[in-house]
Amino acid sequence: MENNTVLEVKNLHVHYVTSDSAAKAVNGIDFEIKEGEALGLVGETGAGKTTTALAVMQLIPDPPGMIVDGEIYFEGNNVIYNTDKENQAMRGNGISMIFQDPMTALNPIMTVGDQLSEVVLTHEKLSKAEAKKRVIELLEVVGVKSDRYDDYPHQFSGGQKQRVVIAMSLLCNPKLLIADEPTTALDVTIQAQVLEIINNLREKYKMAMILITHDLGVVAETCDKVAIMYAGQIVEAGTVREVYLHPRHPYTRGLFDSIPKLDDDSSELIPIEGAISNAADLPSGCYFHPRCRYCQDICRKEAPAQQGGEHQFMCHFDLFKEEAE
Amino acid sequence: MENQVLIETRRLKKYFPVPAGFLHAVDDVNLTINKGETLGIVGESGCGKSTLGRVILRLHEATSGDVLYDGMDINNFSADEMRYMRQNMQIIFQDPYASLNPRMTIGQIIEEPLKLHKIFKSADERRARVEELMELVGLPMRSYNQYPHEFDGGRRQRVVIARALSINPQFIVCDEPVSALDVSVQAQILNLLMELQKKMQLTYMFISHDLSVVKHISTNIGVMYLGQLIEKASKNDIFSQPLHPYTIALLSAIPSTNVLAKSKKIILKGEINSPINPKVGCRFATRCPFATEKCTSENPVFTEAMPGHFVACHRWKEVADGTLAFDV
Ligand SMILES: Nc1ncnc2c1ncn2[C@@H]1O[C@H](COP(=O)(O)OP(=O)(O)OP(=O)(O)O)[C@@H](O)[C@H]1O
Ligand SMILES: Nc1ncnc2c1ncn2[C@@H]1O[C@H](COP(=O)(O)OP(=O)(O)OP(=O)(O)O)[C@@H](O)[C@H]1O
Ligand code: SF4
Ligand code: SF4
Ligand SMILES: [Mg+2]
Ligand SMILES: [Mg+2]
Repeated sequence: MENNTVLEVKNLHVHYVTSDSAAKAVNGIDFEIKEGEALGLVGETGAGKTTTALAVMQLIPDPPGMIVDGEIYFEGNNVIYNTDKENQAMRGNGISMIFQDPMTALNPIMTVGDQLSEVVLTHEKLSKAEAKKRVIELLEVVGVKSDRYDDYPHQFSGGQKQRVVIAMSLLCNPKLLIADEPTTALDVTIQAQVLEIINNLREKYKMAMILITHDLGVVAETCDKVAIMYAGQIVEAGTVREVYLHPRHPYTRGLFDSIPKLDDDSSELIPIEGAISNAADLPSGCYFHPRCRYCQDICRKEAPAQQGGEHQFMCHFDLFKEEAE
Repeated sequence: MENQVLIETRRLKKYFPVPAGFLHAVDDVNLTINKGETLGIVGESGCGKSTLGRVILRLHEATSGDVLYDGMDINNFSADEMRYMRQNMQIIFQDPYASLNPRMTIGQIIEEPLKLHKIFKSADERRARVEELMELVGLPMRSYNQYPHEFDGGRRQRVVIARALSINPQFIVCDEPVSALDVSVQAQILNLLMELQKKMQLTYMFISHDLSVVKHISTNIGVMYLGQLIEKASKNDIFSQPLHPYTIALLSAIPSTNVLAKSKKIILKGEINSPINPKVGCRFATRCPFATEKCTSENPVFTEAMPGHFVACHRWKEVADGTLAFDV
């Protein structure tokens, strides 16, 4: 069954190195995604989510960024050894990324229709008319009417721009879509529309997806699996159901305890003390130890290993074992 | 003393002149906020939440309508009277980065309003008060001489809160105070705000686009849509019996972490109206599946449908009795 793995990341380390510091943004992460599967990558500011995505896309800004260790297999191929040309081909037909700010993906002085057609034309041998037809079809799929083909990005609302960007990312039938906070800037009613579009398209094209977000609710509603990131590591991963019902890592627990829940009025919010560590100055031992209420001596000295099987977590202890059984 | 009204707005309007006409940022808002309660204000980006907060504090002049503070009409106050009133009313913004002077120390920042309002005569008294405030909001004393850039977002927001509290206000507009913070830190600040409210009998208007946060902190909730308050009720009534079709769609759209009970979302269709020179009729009609001819020809009136539950919709009765329901 190994052959339906679309992406496999092994022991990935990414640092941003400047003259006076080295930010350890990603510190040894492993995950894989199978055909049609959706993985939610969750974590707070600076956890290394975008860096992970950029590494997969081979778009880490260098300098200051560098992949210092690890392997990234896309369809069996280690992309770290790709030539620029191979990377371009991969980004054209294999993996697409939606960035948080739709404006970074759109050219403000070109009509939306022209820029989408251009994307099609650079990656496929089609006539202009055929490219336009493809663009219009896809715009309709995401709910942008064809009479907006000749409009400029600034004439669209935030939600509409994000739909255009989604259409753009799907023009070349990617096998894997990486969506970095695709709805964070949108209102909830619009977010619901956009997530529905993504879900439908995923089903239709059997696309795998990495959805990056800090919103645990969004993951629950769109993903099969979830990976919780903290200080550049995946501290817990598994199916959404398993991780949400039986979180095994103190940080994951902390996240759930600190968000207000709509269907549970009485519950008091229990914040995680302190703040996320600076990537240029990570603590010893377990990176979470300065904030962890279960911290013991060993946590300050030794880095914990992953434990568990399908549902894995990175902690010296198995604190919530009984509950899980 | 029960349910004493602290803030009341009457037909409050704020129109901004723009090239294409007038942008109706706040349009005919009637609301009351009782002493010691939190009124949560929700609605999508651009619906007028911040403008409403600012007009209530008279940081913007109203286009028309009244704002009553403890029964006094503050729109008629002179500049001096207003400066005096300001002590009672403060605002906390979303972005603690932008609202702190980078060249001032934490101590100086918290002290500033005390100087401005000449609350204490001596520097020692002010210093004592600043230290008291720092303790109140959970800032370590050693940060007195530190600068904002040395702080993370959560601690900056604590500085902003300490500064707002320095002159003992009664009423605070909290404009997205936790939206820029990470969830784990957000909980620290929400708990702090709730604790301070209890301790100091503060009254809050709490603006946010995050409905779970608003539900957590509010007593009553007001829902805005394109400049208008379209529904207001106790938080339980809003969540258990929403009467406005927009409120219903909004609540259904909140992503839930409950993996055991997945609900179908209401997906709205149609375009959002422009707030510039809006046409007569219900502003939600372009997206409302229940819109009738009356909805596009007559303004729905904000009425008390049930005790304490206000709504502006021509068809709320049909919503209430279940005749109208969204297809999901
Ligand atoms: N171009 C860069 N130069 C130097 N450091 C960087 C750069 N990009 C990211 N970093 C650092 O790497 C770490 C991880 O950043 P990254 O953007 O991957 O986090 P993230 O999880 O996507 O956070 P957010 O939720 O804020 O988007 C952070 O400490 C960040 O400051
Ligand atoms: N000074 C101004 N001049 C012109 N228009 C303005 C001005 N301030 C706000 N507006 C407009 O008034 C409307 C309401 O803006 P406001 O900032 O109150 O919305 P909001 O609900 O707080 O939105 P957000 O959730 O994005 O903060 C918007 O359409 C906005 O563009
Ligand atoms: S290893 Fe120790 S500090 Fe780290 S999460 Fe587990 S208990 Fe907490
Ligand atoms: S007034 Fe009409 S259009 Fe407006 S919300 Fe009610 S039913 Fe819908
Ligand atoms: Mg990011
Ligand atoms: Mg605002």
